[in-house]
Amino acid sequence: MGPRCVDALNQALHEAFEASDRVCLIGEDVFDPYGGAFKVTRGLSTKYPDRVYSSPISEAGITGVAVGMALRGLRPVVEIMFGDFICLAFDQIVNHASKLRAMYDDQVTCPLVLRAAMGGRRGYGPTHSQSLEKHLVGVPHIAVAAPSAVHPVRDMLRRAILEDDRPVVFLENKLLYGERLLEPEGGRFGEFAARTSEGLYPTVVLSLGGFEHADLTIVTFGGMVPFAMRAAEELLLEEEVYSDVVVLGQLAPPDLTAVLPSVERSGRCLFAEEGTLTGGVGAEWAARIQEAAWDALEAPVARVAAADDIVPCAKALEAQVLPDHEDIAAAARRLLRQGCRSRTP
Amino acid sequence: MDTQNTAVLLQTVDRMAAPAGECPPDAAFYRRMALIRRFEENLLELFAAGKLMGTTHTCSGQEANAVGVIAHLAPQDVVFSSHRCHGHYLARTGDAEGLLAELLGLPTGICGGKGGSQHLCRGSFYTNGVQGGIVPLAVGAALAEKRKGTSAIAAVWLGDGTLGEGVVYESFNMASLWKAPVLFVVENNRYAQTTPVEMGLAGTIRGRPEAFAIPTAELDTTDPREVWEAARDPVAAVRGEGRPFCLVLHTYRFGPHSKGDDFRPQAEVAAARARDPLLVTGRRLDPEERERIDREVAERIAAVTARLAGGAPEVR
Repeated sequence: MGPRCVDALNQALHEAFEASDRVCLIGEDVFDPYGGAFKVTRGLSTKYPDRVYSSPISEAGITGVAVGMALRGLRPVVEIMFGDFICLAFDQIVNHASKLRAMYDDQVTCPLVLRAAMGGRRGYGPTHSQSLEKHLVGVPHIAVAAPSAVHPVRDMLRRAILEDDRPVVFLENKLLYGERLLEPEGGRFGEFAARTSEGLYPTVVLSLGGFEHADLTIVTFGGMVPFAMRAAEELLLEEEVYSDVVVLGQLAPPDLTAVLPSVERSGRCLFAEEGTLTGGVGAEWAARIQEAAWDALEAPVARVAAADDIVPCAKALEAQVLPDHEDIAAAARRLLRQGCRSRTP
Repeated sequence: MDTQNTAVLLQTVDRMAAPAGECPPDAAFYRRMALIRRFEENLLELFAAGKLMGTTHTCSGQEANAVGVIAHLAPQDVVFSSHRCHGHYLARTGDAEGLLAELLGLPTGICGGKGGSQHLCRGSFYTNGVQGGIVPLAVGAALAEKRKGTSAIAAVWLGDGTLGEGVVYESFNMASLWKAPVLFVVENNRYAQTTPVEMGLAGTIRGRPEAFAIPTAELDTTDPREVWEAARDPVAAVRGEGRPFCLVLHTYRFGPHSKGDDFRPQAEVAAARARDPLLVTGRRLDPEERERIDREVAERIAAVTARLAGGAPEVR
């Protein structure tokens, strides 16, 4: 077992601060001893008091301040406490951070990392539980990154801060913070053989069939990864269905390189996300996978997502809205029964 | 981008023929204001002639603010502006050629034609078209310069209409809390597009920055020397003490908000034109010198227009 996710993220911040005095951080309640609502910034304000700004409750303002800093040569990190509040910073992301380099004809860069905690299952209710990735993946000229339990989380965040000259929205899942990250042993995560792609925000492909055989490709990210892995294991035990679980580290811009070989092996693909269904991340990826791998697909790409609804507070009601391993397994069984191509004469 | 090379920055700044710390002579103020005026009038003519696409927001009548404040700024200072930015750009750079090429969508434009009228960048001059959105960038830029240990300050231009945006107050708050060396310049031209300031703004303008403990000065003039005098101590304080200041400049635009959306009383516009900054400054010049400057500026704009837009439009 690896470190807890929150500690990996914290180490990444400390390493980035150590590596460059251009790195600074702005967020609400990030000073010690509190160290941020999810404790990711612990220790930074003690060690680097002049590079950490514990801010008023001003998501638009702090994001704009970071954009101005980035324009002038710093590498700021913004912490948006609950990802839901990213809506308040949307003008800064869409009309400022993402556009400056392109509309100023490459005269500037805007290297900033905007971290936000997404996801439900903690009973925080409609405005503190959402997964809003889909509102960001359609924004040109930014990177949308999503670490997971099988990702090298520390490297991802450190490299996002130090190496990526784009604005990066780095979306962390709340449930993941307290969990221990999985570390591969001999190229495997338990029953899954694993391959991790190159790049700042790699794709991790997990294969129950040892990359030789697959009946199903489950593409997912962030907080849905444990559910997808569990569904894949159940499908193998109960149905003898071999799945690949493709874990995206970069939601946008979409890069199919690591996805297509699995889809070509399996012929069936399912995209699972915690955000709501309509106009979801999965809609974009499904369209792209279908365009790129049409000849290999036995059936349309299926999608598992939250209902188009609020995330209620009550645990039982929340569970009805958010997808879990049972929803993935059920969708997989439906998908495996579909075979439009084989029925065609 | 790293700290910008001073030699490169100097190429992007034109200081109106005055050494740092000295007020430019009236002739220099007049020449630059005449350039801004003729540039803006030429734009409206080009639109009318169908030679320009898109939109524009002219600043005729407000020139004294641009030249009076910007004369204080050092080459390394960072300037942010809004949709109504041509005057600020020309006061800072004198670059009518690059700006017109940009508006005409030419590859030689300062942003390769991608930015157009309200998305400009050259050296340390930046503008954007969303009201208020660029104000926190100025705070961040000021904090970055402070952190890097340069003596640069940031100046950001906003209007009375911009004061409707909440992010402006977030910016005032953070600038004051974190002692950002930023000069906020509010140009109150009394209309947010078509909405008069009385319909859009409760309370007072100066009460807003002052509520955040930002020292504020206010004046109502069309004389660039008076603007220059009023901006001297604020700019020095922002730079010397490393804290924000707000300058409120009451002003008036002679033209429409954009191109054809003017519903203001004619008498009101006429009264403002009687205080035209070009008249105010021009009276202090020798008539021959004034006419020579007018002629040279007109010839320069006509020449660049002919070169870039394929002939100057018919003047009506």
